Amino acid sequence: MRWLLVKDLQILRRSPLLVVLLVAYPVIISVLIGLALSKGPDKPTIAFVNEVPAGETEFTIGGEVRDASTYASELFKSVEPVRVRTRAEAVKKVKDGEVLGALIIPRDATEKLRSALSLSGAVELPTLEVIYNQEDPIKAEFVESTIKARLADANKALSDELTKVSGQYLDILLRGGSFRILGRGFDVLGLQRTKQVLEGVRADLPADDPSRPALDEVIRFAGLAIDNLDLSDEILGAIGEPVKVKRTVLDGASTPLDRFAIAVAVTISLMFVTVLLAAGMLALEREEHAFGRLVRGLVSRTTLVVEKIVLSALCALVVTLLMLGGLSLFVALDAGRAPLWLPALGAGAVAFGAMGVALGALAREVRAASLLAFLMSLPIAFLALVPSGSVSAGLFDVIRVVSAVFPFKASLDAVDAAVNDAGGLGVALAHLAALAAAYAAVARLALRRFA
Amino acid sequence: MTAAPSAPSAAIAATGVVKTFGDRRALRGVSFSAAPGEVAAIIGPNGAGKTTLLSILGGLQPPTAGTVSRSASEVGWVPQQPAVYRKLSVAENLRLFARLEGVEDPDAAVARMLAQTGLEDRAGEELGRLSGGNQQRVNIAIGLLGDPPVLLLDEPSSSLDPRQRERLWEFIRGLATGGTAVVFSTHNVQEAERFADTVLVLADGELLFSGSPRGLEAEVGDGDRDFEAAFVEFLRERGH
Repeated sequence: MRWLLVKDLQILRRSPLLVVLLVAYPVIISVLIGLALSKGPDKPTIAFVNEVPAGETEFTIGGEVRDASTYASELFKSVEPVRVRTRAEAVKKVKDGEVLGALIIPRDATEKLRSALSLSGAVELPTLEVIYNQEDPIKAEFVESTIKARLADANKALSDELTKVSGQYLDILLRGGSFRILGRGFDVLGLQRTKQVLEGVRADLPADDPSRPALDEVIRFAGLAIDNLDLSDEILGAIGEPVKVKRTVLDGASTPLDRFAIAVAVTISLMFVTVLLAAGMLALEREEHAFGRLVRGLVSRTTLVVEKIVLSALCALVVTLLMLGGLSLFVALDAGRAPLWLPALGAGAVAFGAMGVALGALAREVRAASLLAFLMSLPIAFLALVPSGSVSAGLFDVIRVVSAVFPFKASLDAVDAAVNDAGGLGVALAHLAALAAAYAAVARLALRRFA
Repeated sequence: MTAAPSAPSAAIAATGVVKTFGDRRALRGVSFSAAPGEVAAIIGPNGAGKTTLLSILGGLQPPTAGTVSRSASEVGWVPQQPAVYRKLSVAENLRLFARLEGVEDPDAAVARMLAQTGLEDRAGEELGRLSGGNQQRVNIAIGLLGDPPVLLLDEPSSSLDPRQRERLWEFIRGLATGGTAVVFSTHNVQEAERFADTVLVLADGELLFSGSPRGLEAEVGDGDRDFEAAFVEFLRERGH
C-alpha cells in the first residue's frame, strides 16, 4: 500500500491545478458559508426624512423633558439611514433602487406626542410613514420586519416612560403631593390623607348625627381605593409587558453561532476534499487501465479501497487542520481541546473517504465520479443543517434518517464537540466508524464489476 | 503450439477451459499449450472469446471449469490499452510496478527494462507525453518486469501506426528469441500470419484450429488464397 500512496501523491504533486482547486474551492465555499451563518445580513439602507422642525423635538412627560430623537435612534440600530430633505426625494430614492425603503417622520409628530402625554384629552397619536418597493418580496419582507421590530422597540421605550409617569400620577393620587400641568402647579391631598381627615371628622361627630352613614360610605370607598391603588405599579408594569419569556434549553449544545460556523466550514472542507479525492483517485485507476493490472495479484481490491481512503483522509486532514489553525488566529478557539481535533477530523475524513471510494467505484469514471461526489455532497450538507421545527415533524424525521446515512451530520457533531466542547464526541465517532465500514463494504462490492 | 494438453516442456498450458456468463458460454472447453520461445496468435471474429481466454490465462478472472498450468504471478500480462500512469515518468512507472511485483532489485529491473525498450534517454519524461508506440513499449516492459516465462498481450498493436507496429513486433520477436513464450490476441490476421509461429482460431468460444498459418491455409485446400481469405473461408466452412 505504501508504494500506491507514494504513487498517488506523485500524481497529485504533478496536478497543481487539481490540488489548488481541490483545496481552494472547499475552503472558499466553507468560509463563505461560515460567514453567512455567523453574520447577520448587512443593515438595509433606508432613506430618512425628519420633517419635524429643528428645536421642536422635545416633549415633557411627568415634568421631565425628553428628546424625540432619543427614541428615533432606536430605529437606526438595524438600518443604515440616508438622510434626505423631502418625502418626494425619499420616494425617488426608493424607486431608483438606491435605498430599500424610506421612513418619514411627519412635521406634527412631536406635537401630537406632546398632546397625547399632556393629559389634555387629545388621543391622536403620531403616525410614522414607511415606504418600500414590493418588486422583490425578500427585500420587502426584510425591510418591513426590520422597521417593525425597531418601531416596536421605540414604542416600548416610550411606553415604559408613560407607565412610569402614570405610576407617579397614581402615587400622588394615593399619597398626595404636587404636580404641574400646562404650566400650573397643583397640590393634591391624596386618598390616604383624605381618609385620615374624614376619620377625624367622623370621630368628632355625635353618634346619632344624620351625616354619619354618608361619611362612613366615603371612608369605606377611600379605604377600598387605597388598597387597590397600592397594586397600580404592578398592574401598569403588566400592561407594558404583559407576557414575559423564560428561556429553558432542553437539548443541544450551547455553541456560539460564530464557533458553530467554524465547525460547519471545517466539516464542509473535510467533506469536499475527501469525497472528491477518494472518488476521483479510485476512478483514475480504471481510466488509466491500471486497475486490472493491479488486482491481478499485485494488490488486493480491499487494499486498494483502504489506500484511497487513507490517501484522501490524510490530505483532508492536513487541509482542515491548517484551516482550523488559520481560523484560530481570528476566532478564539480553546487550544486545550486541540488534541481532540485529530480524532474528530480523522474519523470524519475516513467516513467521507469511504463514501468517496464507494462513489468512485460505482461511477467508474473520473468525471462521473467527481460530478456524483459533488452532487451528493452539497444537498447532504444542507439537509444536515436544517433545524428542527423549520419543517413539518414528518419531513424532519425523513431528513434525520437521510442525514444519519451520510457522514456529514456525524462529522459536524464530532468537529463541533472537539472544537467547541458541544458534547457527544464518543457517539459521533462511533457513528462515523459504522458509516466508514458500511461505505467501504459498498465500495469493495462495487469493485467486483469495476474493471 | 499444440491442441494437446500440457506437454512436459510447455511454457503454459490450458486444459478444458470453460467460461460462462449466466447462460452464455464464452469458452467451451479450450485446451492448448505453448512452448518456450513460441509466438502464438489467438484470432477469431468479434465475440469469439479471445480476450476472455487471455484474461483467464493471465489470472484476471477464474475459469468456470478447466485448469491453467501457470498462476497469475508467473505470467506477464499486457492489456490492450497501456495500463500505466500518464502523470508518472517512464522510470517511475517501471519502478512502481517493480516494487508491487516484489522484484528483488527494482532499480536494476528498471534499468534493464529501459535498455530493453530503448527508452533510456526518455526515462524521466512523463508517460503522457510519449507517443502511443512508446507508451505501448512501456506497457509491455511492465509485463516483463518479473522476468516471466510467458507474456500475454491483448491486441498489442491495435492503436499503433505501421512504423510503430513494426518496431513493436521486432521487440516481441526479440523476447521470443530469448525464450519467452508469447501469446497474443489480434484482429489483424496478416499480423498473425507474419509474426506468429502458431495460430489459434476461436469462434463462439470454441477452439476450431491450432497450428501454423500454413497449416490453416492447407485446411481450406486452395493454394491460391492469401492467408486472410483462407481464414475467412475456414470460418465459413465451419458455419461462422
